Amino acid sequence: MADTGLVETLLQRVEKVDGGLDSQDVATSLGVDHQAIVGAVKSLQALGDVISAEQRSSKHWELTGEGCEIAEQGSHEARVVSSIPEEGMPQSQLMKLAFGKVGFSKAMSNKWIRLDKGHEGGPRIFKTVERLEDLVRDKLLLVQKGQASELEEKEKNELKKRKLLSEVTVKSYWITKGSCFSTTITKQETELTTEMIASGSWKEKKFKPYNFEAMGVALDCGHLHPLMKVRTQFRQIFLEMGFTEMPTNNFIESSFWNFDSLFQPQQHPARDQHDTFFLSDPAQAHEFPQDYLERVRKVHSEGGFGSQGYKYDWKIEEAQKNILRTHTTAVSARMLYKLAQQEKFTPVKYFSIDRVFRNETLDATHLAEFHQIEGVVADFGLTLGDLMGILHQFFNKLGLKKWVEVGNSGMFRPEMLLPMGLPEGVTVIAWGLSLERPTMIKYGINNIRELVGHKVNLQMVYDSPVCRLDS
Amino acid sequence: MPTVSVKRDLLFHALGRTYTDEEFDELCFEFGLELDEITSEKDIISREQGDTKAEGASDVILYKIDVPANRYDLLCLEGLVRGLQVFKMEAPRYRRVSPASSEPQRLVITKETTAVRPHAVAAVLRNITFTQERYDSFIELQEKLHQNVCRKRTLVAIGTHDLDTISGPFTYTAKPPGDIRFKPLNQAKEYTAQELMSLYKTDSHLRHYLHIIEDEAVYPVIYDSNGIVLSMPPIINGDHSKISLNTKNVFIECTATDLTKAKIVLDMMVTMFCEYFCFLLWENILEPTGQYVHSDYPHSICNPQPFFGISESTEHIAQLLTKMCLRSEVMSDGEQIEVEIPPTRSDVIHACDIMEDAAMAYGFNNIPRTTPRTYTIANQLPLNKLSELLRQDLAAAGFTEALTFALCSQEDIADKLLKNISETRACRISNPKTAEFQVARTTLLSGLLKTVAANRKMPLPLRLFEISDVVLKDESKDVGARNNRRLCAVYYNKSPGFEVIHGLMDRVMQLLEIKPGQGNGYHIQAADDSTFFPGRCAEIFACGKSIGRLGVLHPDVINRFELTMPCSALDIDIEHFL
Repeated sequence: MADTGLVETLLQRVEKVDGGLDSQDVATSLGVDHQAIVGAVKSLQALGDVISAEQRSSKHWELTGEGCEIAEQGSHEARVVSSIPEEGMPQSQLMKLAFGKVGFSKAMSNKWIRLDKGHEGGPRIFKTVERLEDLVRDKLLLVQKGQASELEEKEKNELKKRKLLSEVTVKSYWITKGSCFSTTITKQETELTTEMIASGSWKEKKFKPYNFEAMGVALDCGHLHPLMKVRTQFRQIFLEMGFTEMPTNNFIESSFWNFDSLFQPQQHPARDQHDTFFLSDPAQAHEFPQDYLERVRKVHSEGGFGSQGYKYDWKIEEAQKNILRTHTTAVSARMLYKLAQQEKFTPVKYFSIDRVFRNETLDATHLAEFHQIEGVVADFGLTLGDLMGILHQFFNKLGLKKWVEVGNSGMFRPEMLLPMGLPEGVTVIAWGLSLERPTMIKYGINNIRELVGHKVNLQMVYDSPVCRLDS
Repeated sequence: MPTVSVKRDLLFHALGRTYTDEEFDELCFEFGLELDEITSEKDIISREQGDTKAEGASDVILYKIDVPANRYDLLCLEGLVRGLQVFKMEAPRYRRVSPASSEPQRLVITKETTAVRPHAVAAVLRNITFTQERYDSFIELQEKLHQNVCRKRTLVAIGTHDLDTISGPFTYTAKPPGDIRFKPLNQAKEYTAQELMSLYKTDSHLRHYLHIIEDEAVYPVIYDSNGIVLSMPPIINGDHSKISLNTKNVFIECTATDLTKAKIVLDMMVTMFCEYFCFLLWENILEPTGQYVHSDYPHSICNPQPFFGISESTEHIAQLLTKMCLRSEVMSDGEQIEVEIPPTRSDVIHACDIMEDAAMAYGFNNIPRTTPRTYTIANQLPLNKLSELLRQDLAAAGFTEALTFALCSQEDIADKLLKNISETRACRISNPKTAEFQVARTTLLSGLLKTVAANRKMPLPLRLFEISDVVLKDESKDVGARNNRRLCAVYYNKSPGFEVIHGLMDRVMQLLEIKPGQGNGYHIQAADDSTFFPGRCAEIFACGKSIGRLGVLHPDVINRFELTMPCSALDIDIEHFL
């Protein structure tokens, strides 16, 4: 805080004038350093709208050191003339004077003196004028008195060239009364306190304004993972559409349920070591519904149910191999088989969202594990039109117009459904997509490693917005 | 899905028009294909080996198209064009013909082959004219088939020969490797089969196929009537009968362990190229059990009506199918359709495959959308419902949710947690490509600690949790393993913060409506666990059962996860609370 006395004096001065004051003028008239006035202005500004101060800059002319000397004692040439006696002076003596050299040449060009080179005893100088007008000194004196404006630009520049004048820029404030002007200063409160509320003193107080430009304090809170937030929304959509959640908490699956039951042949490339994670421990599954297994073997190797089958030697050993499931459709197969074992068929709508595993080459959009979203509807007489219709409704809820590229869909083959024991005429429509892909689109993430796994930057999790899929 | 790479301009030329990339993408979609990538040889080389290597490579534009795994007829330019052009062209009808001037060729299969590679089928393409492009496509189709339907030559291997350099009848037999001797393709001298196997050990291409017969007592081999070796399937052909641009008649043999696949492959090789050639000769082939003559077209009869969900006349559906190269006729009952399946369409094995083509021809987007009337009541899986509710409240308690991998290294769940792998009940993966996928996790703790390690720059304290599944061996399950839903949380700061993690556990119990106390309540009791600092670990009991642990981690665990500060952790099984 600046000197309170000075602040108050300043306020009194501002009160007395109608228009405003220049801080430089105040400094001059109070005989204090300009910086002290600037300090007072700043501290008054911090108090709110007591005064308003507008920064301005002005240029003015000032004498240099040499200029001051001339203003006091006269120009060099005038001093040369006045130092020469009637009988003249040897040139060598004149040159010994401080102002001699400069004064001599100027006085010569003004024709105030003359040089007698042939004088006995060396060159000698004589005055040629008795009285002279020292214009340089007069001009400098005008500037010194603050009347520089009376000189012509050309004259000032001439003196500047002679290093007698210099132009300086002065910064100052133009101070006027503010909307809350007062000549007495009250200290502003920073915050409302319990005491103020209790005593009612807040009514009398002035409060320091807040800086609304600044950010608030970062809160110390917990966060949900963005992929899981999207999962929650997908669950919500399925539940809204009347779909029941399937138990997908079995990452390890037999090849039988993952492939064979879906009528995927045992030589299919997806069953290759390069695409699927096989288990060495526990390496094999050991319990299957025997009659169903037999029907699966038959439809693969011999056909049936209207199919020619694949006509190959179906091996139980292949079906027994345990794997990390490559899709959640393995669970759908288990659920549909279970449904087929009911006394009477009832239509179902099922969904799941859970992890699946692929032994793939990893890149920016592929990891060895990801989440699959799956929807399944089983009923009598479902048609392709129904599949298109339900997909449309589902993806509408997602707010996705071009959904064809995001997922897969279709009707399960009769070679899959009939061996399970589902009644003829029951069709099953199904679709699937990954959870990661729409999440990456939603949150604008290009590399899947920035979304899932232990290497993610927690800041991304902290900063992720809520998930509203339809907006 | 296999990817087929074709030169764009050649493709457009064959299709008789050009497309923009978008139009072509759309066209692919209509036929169930996917335009995967637009690139050039130069691009591919520069991406894989750097710009300098790519200099001078061709910058002809290539389309990479994903085709369904069972559509072997789309694996080459010729097949793709036929697939994409069906609307415009008359369905080709393939015919097996006998040579006018000579006896049909024969391939005699001896019983010795049963021990190693029991099946073979063969055909002859006559009066053909190769251009460089057709020749390249012919070789490439062979390679594509080898990689896909032939399962890297294990199921089927294809050999193609210049028929005019050899003379039938041919013999497919099997002999001890030492007894087989010939000059293999592109070699200067003769080798025995044994020598060949060691010669090809270092061949970047062929070494992948050696294992198929390497350990067999006899190797398969095909001779002509003069004893010339045509091939030693599935490894290499003889040099003598190799085909060239000047070849006029091609002898194609497919040897196999799967006869169905062998027939499919032979059909593909023949039908894909017959369009260039005036006379296709597809001859009788002998196998030990009798004569294999390609059957006439299989016919399939189906009732299309229930499938579409729209009433479309049976006549119209028959027309659509015919356009898709599946010649169809409405049967006398007016409801059923009889469909002729060409040999190119080995993927058609059920009436539903025919109906899929009908839908494709109709245009999926032209099918009116309907809403199934299926009325059902939705249910959440109780375990997932509980997990969802707890997640919300753990975040409200100031903990941040992590999402870590279910697969990890053995070290992550054992050594780094100061545990012995044998006590983890971990399921082990037999074919991991890297150590990151050796086992399924048995705890969520290592994933959380790795997350902390990757985020050491973040302001302290770090409070993380995850509710997810671990996998444990379990003899009582059909697959011998089961998932187990866990809740795990860690607190990482300058001080261990046991009281924080303890407080979190109290909060979780409160959320689950379990009161402190013995019996039906919960309590903790000091426990020994190598993962935790001695004297700083407790076992958690709820309703009389042990449900998990909490404590301050052992400094060696901290170090092994490349952490520097104290850390406390909570790990419980939430399946007890269902």
